[in-house]
Amino acid sequence: MDSAASALLGMGMAAAGFAGAGVGIGYIFGKMIEAVARQPEAEGRVGKYMWIGFALVEAIALYGLVIAFIIMGLRK
Amino acid sequence: MDNPLHPFELHNFVHLSLFGIDVSLNKAVLMMWVVIAVVAGLLLFAAANRRLVPSRLQSLAELLVEFVRGIILDTMGEYGLRFFPFIATLFLFILFSNLLGLIPGSYTVTSQIVVTAVFSITVYVISLVLGFVLHGVKFLGILVPPGTPAWLLPLMIPIELISQLARPISLAVRLFANMTAGHVILGVLFGLAIAGGALIGWLPFAFTIAMYALEVGIAFIQAYIFTVLTCVYLGDAVHLHGHESHAH
Repeated sequence: MDSAASALLGMGMAAAGFAGAGVGIGYIFGKMIEAVARQPEAEGRVGKYMWIGFALVEAIALYGLVIAFIIMGLRK
Repeated sequence: MDNPLHPFELHNFVHLSLFGIDVSLNKAVLMMWVVIAVVAGLLLFAAANRRLVPSRLQSLAELLVEFVRGIILDTMGEYGLRFFPFIATLFLFILFSNLLGLIPGSYTVTSQIVVTAVFSITVYVISLVLGFVLHGVKFLGILVPPGTPAWLLPLMIPIELISQLARPISLAVRLFANMTAGHVILGVLFGLAIAGGALIGWLPFAFTIAMYALEVGIAFIQAYIFTVLTCVYLGDAVHLHGHESHAH
């Protein structure tokens, strides 16, 4: 396999990490809905932590993107 | 679309050198000046004629100040208020550079990792210095979670050391990657809308609008996260396993 093709494959594989973040974000929002359905008055307090958790999980997906960019910068 | 990162490249308008240090003017530098001018102008103008019944601008400024104050009180307690100027400056600068960067044609300063890394390393160094000044050598106890049995120490200390060292890196990369990725996604979607033409191009264009709305939210959330984590890290240094620092 030539190196250009393997670099492209590597970029794709780095981006595949988004799957895990998708699971994580779905889990966060699902649990939030569950929590609010059980105890609607807790929405304000729980919501703050939901957004923090959402941003933390989303950032982990973006580390994969950063790795893809690093590979893109290296392949020339 | 040969290179989606092309809009992030910086080219110097004016080449300047001060005592051997490169102080050239480019888009990012100008944008930082704009952000500082907007933040300072907004707050000075809002505070110029204060009234007991606030005007709209004064309400906005009070909202921002109360918001940052609330974050600090939640995560650090009363002691944290002495860091209020630093944390509020950080929050307002990041928030406004994220938001102003969303205007087409402008530049997002926080999409340069050097900018976010300077912020996060500054925060981390401050938290280290603060911890050692307040607690002395006992601050090294931050590497040992409370209640760890002695036989686990050889395992826990390296793990905690790595998690400590990952803090400034993750803080910098989170903000930088979110801003860069958001703008790349907007660019790619808009490129699809143009390439699709009138027949099918409206679909990616609608997505562009939805993503833009999400990006405005992300701009705010990322500034908030950066501020909250700054407070948490400083709070860890101040309280050292204290009961008030369990915000994360």
